[in-house]
Amino acid sequence: MIKVQGLVKRFGGVAVLDGIDLAIEQGEIIVVIGPSGTGKSTLLRCLNFLERPDAGHLTIGDLEVDVTRASRADMLEARRRTAFVFQNYALFANKTALGNIAEGLIVVNRWPKQKAHARAREILERIGLTDKADAYPASLSGGQQQRVGIGRAMAAQAEVILFDEPTSSLDPEWVEEVLALMKQLAHERQTMLVVTHEMGFARDVADRVIFMEGGRIVEQGPPSRLFGDPQDPRTRDFLRKVLANQVSLEST
Amino acid sequence: MMSVLDFDYMLGLVPVLLRYLPLTLQMAAVGMALALVLACGLAVIRVLRIPGLNAATLLFISFFRGTPLLVQLFLFYYGLPQLLAFLTQINGITATIMGLTLHFSAYMAESIRAAIVGVDRSQTEAALSIGMTNGQLMRRIVLPQATRVAVPTLMNYFIDMIKATSLAFTLGVTELMGATQKEAAGSFLYFEAFITVAVFYWVIVELLAWCQRRLETRLNEAYRR
Repeated sequence: MIKVQGLVKRFGGVAVLDGIDLAIEQGEIIVVIGPSGTGKSTLLRCLNFLERPDAGHLTIGDLEVDVTRASRADMLEARRRTAFVFQNYALFANKTALGNIAEGLIVVNRWPKQKAHARAREILERIGLTDKADAYPASLSGGQQQRVGIGRAMAAQAEVILFDEPTSSLDPEWVEEVLALMKQLAHERQTMLVVTHEMGFARDVADRVIFMEGGRIVEQGPPSRLFGDPQDPRTRDFLRKVLANQVSLEST
Repeated sequence: MMSVLDFDYMLGLVPVLLRYLPLTLQMAAVGMALALVLACGLAVIRVLRIPGLNAATLLFISFFRGTPLLVQLFLFYYGLPQLLAFLTQINGITATIMGLTLHFSAYMAESIRAAIVGVDRSQTEAALSIGMTNGQLMRRIVLPQATRVAVPTLMNYFIDMIKATSLAFTLGVTELMGATQKEAAGSFLYFEAFITVAVFYWVIVELLAWCQRRLETRLNEAYRR
């Protein structure tokens, strides 16, 4: 169970996150949508302490931190309890696919190398890349790299996996295989917080969709309600633009 | 009329010069090892901008990059003993190694710093995101990637350093160059002597360049598409 209370993040005086309250149940799949620059990615980055929030309270499992007073140890602990999937994959360029997945187990969890590699092989099998165990990121396609990125996050056995626009950097031909893997994880009830522009994924997979704008949560609910009967004019406006785009794309 | 090259003399010179080769290589190897350690330290100070030390490092680099190596060698060998009494014992070899170390570490620190800074920010973020400490991510992710970028330039400095050991002869050290100078002075066959020693340096550098290519191939293994 993850709880965010009054989360604030400012960049040069501008509040990119302006008081976010959010609770995530174990096994819940939440999709965050909204216009660019509304703090969606910043929200994920604050949960992982890749950005230091300016105010707020964070609960991840039995870890409770006032973010302004978070010690180095608190931040490490928060990062170990949240796994991150990056838009640009960010695989370790000097490690093989297997090495990328095993790295955290070896270095952070201090597993013996053999045990870590055995687990990494299990994960490679689940992400369908057994034959790429010894391949370096440079030789993998975008879709394969992102699947390894997800595999690395899976290995962390975190309370939640944070997906920061995982398909936005991908060539269209690779999007489907990444979404399929995410659906598989969702099916296994892996707790997920996903920032994405893939409205189809949000509609089909999410338990709850959150619409953010201007650093605040404007509206949230099950996808059927948020997409079928949005209450706030800003939500309606955003959905009209995005869905019109997707329809026009599909019809061409 | 110009005399023909005295090949017999040149061939005879080879075993003589070979005896001084170890000293040349030794000065270069020790100088390089010390310079690498010092340069890594300086680079980390620069990357982390450690207060106080950062300014001192900038001054150090500015001085040792901004003045000729020969001037620095004379400063250490002839100048320092006048200033610091306990250095009266300093010999030419030690002074040369000191000079090479300080001079080249200034250059190398900058290329190591550039290599570290050049590692993509996303690599650091990914390492942080799985809970690595700063030390762990430096050791496991950033430095291995920076090494690959830094090696070609560092090897270049090593090559330069091997040739720079020849300046030791100005401090009275009989190494490759000093030995050649003495031989030439005895035989008056200056061209033969110096072309022979030139080939010596050339061959050493080419052997090193061959090692460099092999090393780079190995380091680039992970980045082949």
